Amino acid sequence: MSARDLHGPGAPWGPGEPGAKSNQEFVTVGKPHRKVDGIAKATGAAIYADDITLPGMLHAKTLRSPHPHAKIRRIDTSKARALKGVHAVITGESMPIKYGVIPWTPDENALAVDKVRFIGDPVAAVAAIDEDTANAALKLIEVEYELLHTFLDPRESLVRAEPAIHEGRKEGNISKSVQLEFGQVDEALASADVVVEDDYFFHGSTHAPIEPHCAVATYSPDGVLTLWSATQITHYVHRALSRVLELPAHRIRVIQPCLGGAFGGKSDPFSLEFCVAKLAMLTGRAVKMLWTREEVFYAHRGRHPMQLHYRSGATKDGKLTGVDAKILIDGGSYSSFGLVTTYYSGQLLTGPYHFPTYRFDSTRVFTNKPPCGPKRGHGSVQPRFAFEVQLDQLAEKLALDPIEIRRRNFQGDFTRTVNGQRVTSNGFLQCLDEVERASRWRERRGKLGFGRGLGVAGSMYISGTNYPVYPNEMPQAGIQLKVDRSGLVTVFTGGNDIGQGSNSMCAYIVSEELGIPIERIRVVAADTDLCPVDLGAYSSRVTFMVGNATIDACRKLREQLVAAVAEKWGCAPTRVRLLEGLAIDLEDTSRSMTSVEAFHLAETKFDTLGATGSYNTPKLGGDYRGGTIGASPAYSFTAHVVDASVDVETGRITVHDVWVAHDCGRALNPMIVAGQMEGSAYMGIAEALFEEHDVNRFGLHRGPSLLDYRLPTSLDTPEFRARIVESIDPEGPYGAKEAGEGPLHPSLPALSNAVYDAVGIRLKHLPFTPAKVLAALREKRERESVATAQGAR
Amino acid sequence: MRRMGEYRLEVNGDTHEVSAPDHWTLLEVLRYRLGLTGSKQGCDKGDCGACTVLVDGRPVLSCLSLARASEGRAITTIEGLMPAHLRAGGKGADPVQEAFDRCGALQCGFCQPGMILSARALLNRCPAPSREQMRDALSGNLCRCTGYTQIFEAVESAVATSLGLTPAPRSWEAPPVAKEARP
Repeated sequence: MSARDLHGPGAPWGPGEPGAKSNQEFVTVGKPHRKVDGIAKATGAAIYADDITLPGMLHAKTLRSPHPHAKIRRIDTSKARALKGVHAVITGESMPIKYGVIPWTPDENALAVDKVRFIGDPVAAVAAIDEDTANAALKLIEVEYELLHTFLDPRESLVRAEPAIHEGRKEGNISKSVQLEFGQVDEALASADVVVEDDYFFHGSTHAPIEPHCAVATYSPDGVLTLWSATQITHYVHRALSRVLELPAHRIRVIQPCLGGAFGGKSDPFSLEFCVAKLAMLTGRAVKMLWTREEVFYAHRGRHPMQLHYRSGATKDGKLTGVDAKILIDGGSYSSFGLVTTYYSGQLLTGPYHFPTYRFDSTRVFTNKPPCGPKRGHGSVQPRFAFEVQLDQLAEKLALDPIEIRRRNFQGDFTRTVNGQRVTSNGFLQCLDEVERASRWRERRGKLGFGRGLGVAGSMYISGTNYPVYPNEMPQAGIQLKVDRSGLVTVFTGGNDIGQGSNSMCAYIVSEELGIPIERIRVVAADTDLCPVDLGAYSSRVTFMVGNATIDACRKLREQLVAAVAEKWGCAPTRVRLLEGLAIDLEDTSRSMTSVEAFHLAETKFDTLGATGSYNTPKLGGDYRGGTIGASPAYSFTAHVVDASVDVETGRITVHDVWVAHDCGRALNPMIVAGQMEGSAYMGIAEALFEEHDVNRFGLHRGPSLLDYRLPTSLDTPEFRARIVESIDPEGPYGAKEAGEGPLHPSLPALSNAVYDAVGIRLKHLPFTPAKVLAALREKRERESVATAQGAR
Repeated sequence: MRRMGEYRLEVNGDTHEVSAPDHWTLLEVLRYRLGLTGSKQGCDKGDCGACTVLVDGRPVLSCLSLARASEGRAITTIEGLMPAHLRAGGKGADPVQEAFDRCGALQCGFCQPGMILSARALLNRCPAPSREQMRDALSGNLCRCTGYTQIFEAVESAVATSLGLTPAPRSWEAPPVAKEARP
């Protein structure tokens, strides 16, 4: 069933064809309204997980492994238990059932069982009367380790199976391997006029939300576990708790309070959630655990380091003939979302350009490092970096303008990619036009003098995926509406507002559909007792899926309201319009009533008012194993132009401006969309220039603090110039697609390409540190002097 | 054995008598003794700025200040801005808070109590700062969501409102054509 069918009469974008002028006449949608939680956040009233204090609450702390790979021979917690003020100590044997966010790869324990796999792996947890006592108790826990060989180089994990980081796997230390070929790539490359083959390296980076992970649990005398957690996926935490604690899910309630940033880093179920739950059950007391910043770095789940080898061919007029990729992915110590990451590293590259043939061979391996996972632009930022730099290399060989080669390879809208993904609306050409015009590309590129340059890159990203993390046919998003006689409408959504504004998005849609002001709408979100299931804030799925579900629920409720009013007026329901807190007769505009009166009439006619709505994706994806991974009901498209300078004395790169043009379908709130675009571009530039998540030769994190892991400050951040492109998608809510992840992708390759324009060096290894820039400049000088010498001979 | 201290702290115009361990920071006392949880802990070592409060009008990292060192000084937390604005005859929230809300500068919101207080302190000493002055004054407050653009716009909007001017068009509204190359 398609999104359209789910909504009954009236397409979600309006009564006309997508993009028709009549569809522009929205009251709430498309305007820069405030967020529903903005003023609460601005005044300090918003409650985040660590702001919760409950009567008699205990504080919990985690003991972590000091070794990157070791067997646990013995743990003795007796001295810790004997310390005054300690209420409980738990170890791996307290919760031996493994879990993992992907049901096929459950390889994590809340606390290590038998062995540890990275420095920072949780080993034991203590609940005590306060943090100081809990920390003192950690020092009294005795653990005897037997050290094992440490894997730090993914190339070693590829070929060496023993000792296995995870025992009992027939693939040794290989986490996942995917090989897919679409068409005859070797033949296509052999017949190409020009082929570029090169290696690229993407380093590790992490999310670093300003709020550290925190969880609070209570266990009521009647056996209900309540967990407040800084998570971006309440539903999966709910399921994982049930599994690990062996509690029926109906006795567990998970609530996400206000969340202080996530970016993918709060998508997995985490050790602290199980630990506070177990400790609350054991002690009968409320228990809180707040991770230190250092612990957040160990929890990680950040961007996978990737070694990427690409070979691309093109005809002499710049049309791609084939792309061949081989990717080695360093997964760190656990699977996390790694199965999906491995597929995404290949599956999401097949737009916005037409690939006649394509092959990828991606392998994710385990190493003894903090586990990698999904970070904004999951699995696709790294291949996008490599490919967009390679596309510039191709353009250079063909003496084509980098924007021109991208235009020539545009795949078109309403098409199918080489790997079988359905593409609907596609505003990529407009994105290129916007950044070309705004950056004055034609007048400025190549003409800014040695040391300064412009670079371009493009990308596409999913708006949700039709692959639910656990297989089921139920809706991916659900909404419930409750109508109060006061005129208030409450929206219940399982969606997780992680700062991207999904609660506000629900309110805007209800306002639009029911014709009531935003302040008469309250949103209750991410509470498993109160809200219908939603799969959470990941894969850029929320606006598309929860938005469509909200429209679905509103249309059902609106039908009742309109019927009740029409009956009262004795007119056809088609004459009744709900607008700005009123019901109006379209043919006799002197006749109207307030929406409160309309609610009362409808409640009288139909009984207690309410409605549910849902969204499920249509059947999508290629007909092959893995063909649904990366299949999305709609794709967003982005183009960036970066303006950067290189100081050839110091090797330092300065980014001046980043023009970001993004096709988000329709901007339900342009202010929020622009905020997502700017924040995405910031994060891309940050990981290109500053950030590096890595361990030293002992497996110890190089700098688990916000001083050593260098987030750009307001002084280091360039100017971002957001241009919103609206392609009005036929299946998105009012035509909307995603905006939260796509606009990150082109930042890194566009910067690399700008550096090439500035000083003629190809930066293919991230991050672009001054040392790498200086080395590349030196190499270039040497190459040139050899060439000059040869020329002289 | 840890020692306890008795402190007399002046917070948001009220005097509180607090008993807390000697080593507790001002942030811990504010959050866990006074229940003023608007000041956030992001790193606990002075790197992120989420704990910023005003002490005698100047932005201070409360996670690096011992509670006892803050005695006898006027402490303003994010919770104090709106009541002070109301006491002074204003309506609603402080104009800086209002501008942050109006301009969409609040995404996850976790850094914003500190950011808003830094911005408030800037405007108190410099009522119409340039963007460079803003970059400088807010450089101790890390934001991970916004890329800072909408934060600068919010401060500029607050300035424009206070001067009775129309705020400049927002970044996505203005045609962002490249200026001549800056040095």
